[in-house]
Amino acid sequence: MLRLLNLELQKLLLNRTSKILIFVSFVLPFTVLILSSIKINFFGFFTLELGELGIFNFPIIWHITTFFASQFKFFFAIVVVSMIGNEYSNKTLKQNLIDGLSKKEFILSKFYTILFFSLVATLLIAIASFFIGLYYSSYTEASIIIRETNFLVAYFVKLIGFFSLCLFFGMLVKRSAFALAFLFILYILEWIIFGLISWQVNMDIAGKIQNFFPLKSMYNLIDQPFQRVMMTKFPDKADLMYDYGVHWYEIAIVLCWTAIFIFLSYRLLKKRDL
Amino acid sequence: MEPILSINHLTKKFGHLTAVKDLSFSINKGNVYGILGPNGSGKSTTLGIVLNVVNETSGDFKWFNGTVSTHNALKKVGAIIERPNFYPYMTAAQNLKLVCKIKGVDYSKIDEKLEVVNLLDRKNHKFSTYSLGMKQRLAIASALLNDPEILILDEPTNGLDPQGIHQIRQIIKDIASEGTTILLASHLLDEVEKVCSHVVVLRKGEKLYSGRVDEMISSHGFFELKCENEDALIAYLKSNPDFGTLKVENQLITVFLNEPMEAVTFNKLMFEKGIVLSHLVKRKESLEEQFLQLTDKL
Repeated sequence: MLRLLNLELQKLLLNRTSKILIFVSFVLPFTVLILSSIKINFFGFFTLELGELGIFNFPIIWHITTFFASQFKFFFAIVVVSMIGNEYSNKTLKQNLIDGLSKKEFILSKFYTILFFSLVATLLIAIASFFIGLYYSSYTEASIIIRETNFLVAYFVKLIGFFSLCLFFGMLVKRSAFALAFLFILYILEWIIFGLISWQVNMDIAGKIQNFFPLKSMYNLIDQPFQRVMMTKFPDKADLMYDYGVHWYEIAIVLCWTAIFIFLSYRLLKKRDL
Repeated sequence: MEPILSINHLTKKFGHLTAVKDLSFSINKGNVYGILGPNGSGKSTTLGIVLNVVNETSGDFKWFNGTVSTHNALKKVGAIIERPNFYPYMTAAQNLKLVCKIKGVDYSKIDEKLEVVNLLDRKNHKFSTYSLGMKQRLAIASALLNDPEILILDEPTNGLDPQGIHQIRQIIKDIASEGTTILLASHLLDEVEKVCSHVVVLRKGEKLYSGRVDEMISSHGFFELKCENEDALIAYLKSNPDFGTLKVENQLITVFLNEPMEAVTFNKLMFEKGIVLSHLVKRKESLEEQFLQLTDKL
């Protein structure tokens, strides 16, 4: 496993473009997080301090940071897609196989890299959130801090699922740009199917079916936190109530998709003549 | 003899096109093999199949008696196909390091093999800055990294300038002289003739011949003759069953032998018949002539 990861890391880190993208995908969410946590003084007119809003309180901070950090996953998605696209365009995939890498090992080395970067991203967010939380939160009891750390698990699974999807699209179309276009098409397609079902049957059932679609199921892992922030401000407004928790079945659906995407990528490579 | 690769009834179809048809042959240790065939005869497809990048339609192949899986067997094989494939943004040394990681070879081999192909002074230059000849030499260095039991080369001199071709051939000869088994696919016959001891001839995916180069066609060679009294000579050659096809071109008579015969014997025979020759050469067909004869037969 280490050998395969090591192999892929050499390919990625010696390439300037992917190095920059990896750097950006880690540093950007970080910077945003840290900038938002400091007190910003607008030339003496007023001060903006997001911490005052209570969004950096435990346990809600886990929800907020993972939600915003996951918006930056697109940068690493480009890396994932191009690490397949480049292997095809340089014909190095062929060379790797001739040199004695098996097709299974090839897919696994990509998947391990996805696991590795998802893990690093999750750890970084966990550490950053933890310290910002310690600084701002009104409650710092261990039991409250630990509560809702399952958002970190959701974040990790969400990244793995999304990057596996990118890996599959990369294998499918062999070209980075087209693979990214496919992501967008899939997004539209999911909404079209949702529209068709709600038109033919009803919105309720359509919504339930949509929860099983790849992109929607990944989105579902971490629901938007805005409503929740509102709820903390206006606790009496019962109609704002919604289910924002992380559920085991949401994780299970995404893990299923991950397995399907990785398996399909392997099948594609196995069947293909290079 | 110890077989390194054996191919049994291998067939590959691309849709309606059959690229390789029921092909069987085996490669033994220590010999230098050439795969000959016109463009599109299935040479590269066959190599692609045994190198794990093309899936066979039917049939099978075994590396090293089938004792190891294909991808592990390939770690003991060195191969370059068509054009050199490396990561353009990495230097030569970094590219070779990656191959070491795949094959499980010690990094110390990198400098050693770069030395063999004369690229040591350029080892820290990016692959994208290399000329085609240098790229091809790097590919050979990469194929040699694991001190392979067999080296597979597919059109190694394609697209190179005369110096490049000469360098690559010299490297191949050096490697062959060290006793490494080599499988060389090419349509350049003089290339094969110079280095190979055995050949496999393919045409439209079918095997026409496999065996030693000098036994490729059952021919006893031919005489090239000139003489004053042409008519008498031709009349005699036609009457004797030892001689076959006869050609006359610019007063040069070419006659093929049905039975083995030495030039001395022939000369004596002619003298006894009162025919004096002004020109007598005994030749065997060159590989090119043999090859054309074989591939045109069907």
